[in-house]
Amino acid sequence: VAVTLDDVRHIAMLARLGLSDERATKLVTELNTILEHMEALSKADTAGLEPMAAVGTSGMWLRPDQGPKIPLERPPESFAPAMRDAFLLVPRLSTHEDAESAS
Amino acid sequence: VSGTSPQGDAANAAALRESIVRGTETAVHAVNASLHRADEVRAGADGLNIVLSRDDADARRQANAADARRADAPTEALLGIPVLLKDNIATVTMSTSCGSRILEGYVSPFEATATRRLRDAGAIVVGKTNMDEFAMGSSTEHSAFGPTKNPIDPRLVPGGSSGGSAAGVAAGITRIALGSETGGSVRQPAAFCGVVGVKPTYGRVSRYGLVAFASSLDQIGVFGADVDDAALGLRVIAGRDALDSTSADVPVPDYRQASGESMRGMVIGRPTEYFPATLDPQMLERCERALDALRALGAEVRDVSLPHTELAIPVYYIIAPAEASSNLARFDGVRYGLRLTGDGLRGMYEATRSRGFGPEVTRRIMLGTYVLSAGYYDAYYRKAMQVRSLLAEDFRKVFESGVHLMFTPTTPSTAFAFGAKSDPYDMYLSDIFTVTANLVGTPAMSLPIGRIQGLPVGGQIIASHFDEYRMFAAAYALERALGEEAHR
Repeated sequence: VAVTLDDVRHIAMLARLGLSDERATKLVTELNTILEHMEALSKADTAGLEPMAAVGTSGMWLRPDQGPKIPLERPPESFAPAMRDAFLLVPRLSTHEDAESAS
Repeated sequence: VSGTSPQGDAANAAALRESIVRGTETAVHAVNASLHRADEVRAGADGLNIVLSRDDADARRQANAADARRADAPTEALLGIPVLLKDNIATVTMSTSCGSRILEGYVSPFEATATRRLRDAGAIVVGKTNMDEFAMGSSTEHSAFGPTKNPIDPRLVPGGSSGGSAAGVAAGITRIALGSETGGSVRQPAAFCGVVGVKPTYGRVSRYGLVAFASSLDQIGVFGADVDDAALGLRVIAGRDALDSTSADVPVPDYRQASGESMRGMVIGRPTEYFPATLDPQMLERCERALDALRALGAEVRDVSLPHTELAIPVYYIIAPAEASSNLARFDGVRYGLRLTGDGLRGMYEATRSRGFGPEVTRRIMLGTYVLSAGYYDAYYRKAMQVRSLLAEDFRKVFESGVHLMFTPTTPSTAFAFGAKSDPYDMYLSDIFTVTANLVGTPAMSLPIGRIQGLPVGGQIIASHFDEYRMFAAAYALERALGEEAHR
């Protein structure tokens, strides 16, 4: 399956990445080259195999449903780009996007 | 860069700590020597570009405090020992930028558990080290702040992504440094710089405060100037942490005790797929010499097979970008880091992320988003997870057949020149011998086993889950057996 320029534009939209035309064109080639190497996977017989999403060691455990206290050494105001009255400020949603291009 | 240790006559970190406890050495002197060494090798942006940020005044304050505690017969395992941390491990002093413009100047409001455990053990953080942006790379060429140069030969890369930490130890700035691993980012630079690098079992070390790249693979690792330094460092940071539910509740042995273990009865697998006909004959010779040394100590070396090895890189470069595309969604200009304005909220996201992320991070986010998108999920992501099961099965069979450890080259080549791998997939192949341990979660480490034309060669020891102790036993034995041969 070859990646097209439209695919790259669509993926960039999903990933919230702004791409110049030049970069988008280059990514078509780069992604196709990389994905070509991934074709090797089709050789493997995986019929009936469970997908392994994580390492199944004895590592996972549950803790009581009360978060341990994580005191911050400095307030969010010290690192947040924009705040007011303890809220993070973002641009107005009304200018955000029209309903059709949302996905 | 000549390889003199900054820490006077002390043989290693444990010996230096003993001297500080005894009072024949001071933490202030050790830290000053470390900072002086950083200046001497030009560890900043105008030189080797190893250290992205340092706070000398704070390091000296901590050293003074460490010396003041000496009177109370301190038991801290790293009292007064200078350490370097990769720039994706959170510290409340100094920035945590992940080698990225999007987090340039960001100072974390909390500390990573690994950082806190080092500090609680008396270690003194003298700097944050350069890395490929968000740990995506094998050379540090993808750092937004310029590449680190290999202290052995500054025309060459130090490896990556934890290249700054490896180079810092190789240059003698500290004997212990932390890095992180997702596909070999500690072992590969350790091999290129001629130091020891350990990737612990998935779950062995808390990742609280490690900036996430690919959560089913990420693990904090340790660099040491020798095996003992790495063993000491890992002991301090390992163990369950209430702040990371993927950290395992498995007892942490004293890895330094492994130095006395015999190799008699140890069965070491030699996976044939890691010794292909195309392997550099000199690389092969160094590995065979190491295996001979282990045989001479009483170990049995047995040929084994990990038949799905050739699929590890494709699997890794689907799973890691997929997870990264999700993890890196948090960098959107809202809560921290860079923010650029654009047309509305969407415009802000796109402007911030396209300016904040470099080309490799952008490439991987794109790749990851693609393999997770409708129509491609089954063909790529699900398929990769299934093949990951096959890789795990390969390992399980070998370890269940009575093999205790496996030995392989860490990398297919020695350190390469800047710009030598301009094709992304070519760069990805640098990780060919390291990614599988991350995919299956086993511990693995690299240690120096010789040189080729003056450049370090790393040998890799792989153990089964949570068997770092046995891995260290073989590493201590091999290091002792090779002696100076490991560095020439």
